[in-house]
Amino acid sequence: MALLQISEPGMSTAPHQHRLAVGIDLGTTNSLVASVRNGLSVVINDEQGHSLLPSVVRYLADGSVTVGYPAQAKQSDDPHNTLVSVKRFMGRGVQDIRDIAALPYQFVDAPGMLQLKTVAGSKSPVEVSAEILKVLKQRAETALGGELAGAVITVPAYFDDAQRQATKDAAKLAGLNVLRLLNEPTAAAIAYGLDNGAEGIYAVYDLGGGTFDISILKLSKGVFEVLATNGDSALGGDDFDHRIYCWVLEQAGLSVLGDHDKRLLLTRAREAKEMLSERPTAGITAMLSTGQLVDLRLDEQAFRAMTESLVNKTLLPCRKALRDAGLTPAEVKGVVMVGGSTRMPRIQAAVGEFFGQVPLTNLDPDKVVALGAAIQANVLAGNKRDDDWLLLDVVPLSLGIETMGGLVEKIIPRNATLPLARAQEFTTFKDGQTAMAIHVVQGERELVSECRSLARFELRGIPPMVAGAARIRVTFQVDADGLLAVAAREMSTGIEAHIEVKPSYGLSDDEIARMLRDSYDHARFDVEARQLAELKVDAQRLVEATEAALAEDGETLLDPAERSAISTLLAALKQAMQGNDAPTVKRASDALNQGTSEFAARRMDASVKRALKGQRLEELDL
Amino acid sequence: MLDFNRNHFELFGLAPRFALDTGALERAYRDVQSQVHPDRFTHAGEAEQRLSMQWTTRVNEAYQTLRQPFDRANYLLELRGIHALDPNNTKMPADFLMQQMAWREALAEAKADKSLAGLQDLERDIGGLAQAMQAQLANLLDQQQDFPHAAEVLRKYRFMQKLLAEIDAAYEEIE
Repeated sequence: MALLQISEPGMSTAPHQHRLAVGIDLGTTNSLVASVRNGLSVVINDEQGHSLLPSVVRYLADGSVTVGYPAQAKQSDDPHNTLVSVKRFMGRGVQDIRDIAALPYQFVDAPGMLQLKTVAGSKSPVEVSAEILKVLKQRAETALGGELAGAVITVPAYFDDAQRQATKDAAKLAGLNVLRLLNEPTAAAIAYGLDNGAEGIYAVYDLGGGTFDISILKLSKGVFEVLATNGDSALGGDDFDHRIYCWVLEQAGLSVLGDHDKRLLLTRAREAKEMLSERPTAGITAMLSTGQLVDLRLDEQAFRAMTESLVNKTLLPCRKALRDAGLTPAEVKGVVMVGGSTRMPRIQAAVGEFFGQVPLTNLDPDKVVALGAAIQANVLAGNKRDDDWLLLDVVPLSLGIETMGGLVEKIIPRNATLPLARAQEFTTFKDGQTAMAIHVVQGERELVSECRSLARFELRGIPPMVAGAARIRVTFQVDADGLLAVAAREMSTGIEAHIEVKPSYGLSDDEIARMLRDSYDHARFDVEARQLAELKVDAQRLVEATEAALAEDGETLLDPAERSAISTLLAALKQAMQGNDAPTVKRASDALNQGTSEFAARRMDASVKRALKGQRLEELDL
Repeated sequence: MLDFNRNHFELFGLAPRFALDTGALERAYRDVQSQVHPDRFTHAGEAEQRLSMQWTTRVNEAYQTLRQPFDRANYLLELRGIHALDPNNTKMPADFLMQQMAWREALAEAKADKSLAGLQDLERDIGGLAQAMQAQLANLLDQQQDFPHAAEVLRKYRFMQKLLAEIDAAYEEIE
């Protein structure tokens, strides 16, 4: 353990106001928002006392939107305009969606990501998700009594780069400041681990409405280290519903159904599944629009038989994750169950059998992810400094580029700890080749065609050389959100190309800005005013951080001239913040950032030295 | 300053040895990481955020390298200016290559038969030999300081690593 740090009298960091931060679980079936209040993570209910917000969005002809229970109530009556489980479409094209025939939507195969045709126009899954997030944001701001400083949004651990980027775009579109994208099982582990003082190897089995994750974590002395993660980002409770739905069609001798009836039977299927978690049989009764009455009874054995392959499909990733972590089931100390679908007794039995122990279900599987995300949001917002726990998460799927013959050269292996950067050199294939096409892919397979294509870009202006003489260095950088940026550089000339991996599946910042403008009422929304407000918030944060740093280390790490230079820049920024000119605030912020970079470097170095010194002293004691 | 010339061992305050106290490495990694991780700087200025990102990336790379015996041995040799894994150097003793072919045949057979037991046997044999090579590397790098010889062992070790990775992939295929 590092030595405890005690500040000099009168030198403690200036107290700042509590920043409002929330954790949001943007789920396939339900979404939640939670926040730390009085030191305790709690889910924020709506005014009617509901904690869950059904992830259902209904678009009306007059352009208005309803979200949650009122939308859910209309899903059979208005199936085209009432969108459920839209998380399954995030970062996906039409060709990626299985069971598309059973879904009552009119899909539009837009470039990058599919869209859904509604009475209010074509909507991308990002826009639909943003509607859900806006409601949660509003709910939190009403309950907490102020504007949110930031939010941690959870994503399935097995989400690839395109799905993560889409989620982050949705949050931006909802006007949220994203503090971090956090993996759902990791969020659950925080809530569980901090509550139970857990130490050792834990598995988090997270089966939601549309996604499945398994993460293996090592918990020790407040460090949550993800050792391996695996899953299936298109497997969840919805698939169990679909199996029942198919059984109903078969039993009732139905073939072609209208969209209303499709949605009605899918809803009845879900209800039957939920009932079977409590009782041995469930009735399925529905009056179809054709006048035909469906009246069936499903028992546990039949349900089990039709869904056994789905249950087994979750165990394969469990085996893979354990192998990647170099562990056996016996070495796992506890298995935390997350996601509404883990309420199915059959799932609990199968997981218990696989890991040789009774899974832990003492936390509400619907809420645990949001609760963990709120705890992390509270720390990231800066409300709890010097917190003694740390999260180390991993990249779920290998990242690489296409080489000759359609093969993938992996640059970053799966389960590498975030954030990370890795570079590899490539060369030209032909004499005189002056450009190189760089195709970035994600996945475990060797063939490009079997991996997900994330982005393509070109490095041009390579000086003509014989084949194999040019040296192109490709650098992959994955940040703490698990998002990738790629840069390529020809080493002899220094020609560079850089890309945030967005174009194939994401929205550009301009598009988001346009959507934001469209979605607000012009009269009460002024883009420039918002920009200024955001700049001032950032500037305020910088002022606070700089003052705290000066109080802590100004005397020891800076000479008087350096101190006074920083003080001058600080005063200039404060002055600029009094005014209302965005460029002036920006310039003063940049100047202070620039002027404190050397100081920041010294502080970082000093804190690392302190940490290592503390450790060596401890070792001497042994 | 973030000194990119400082080597991985110095970064964690550890002696540059192959026989490493992995517990000490893990503790040093966590202690440094808890100082520099981006989660500690979300409310800081841009300069600090950028530094945090650079540090964390560097610390993760160093930790990954030192944690794996294979990468650690290679890194120790690199520090001595010996590029053991130079792709132009493919010299291997004939008997070792014969043994490799035998193992590969066994692996192909186990895959064709979908034999988990066959894979486990192979994994045990090769894993055992890889362990023995680690002991050999410790001796050559730390005690004998016979680096050219260590480089030879490392090249053999690489074959074992690849085989173990292929066995892993075969498990997934069979399942």
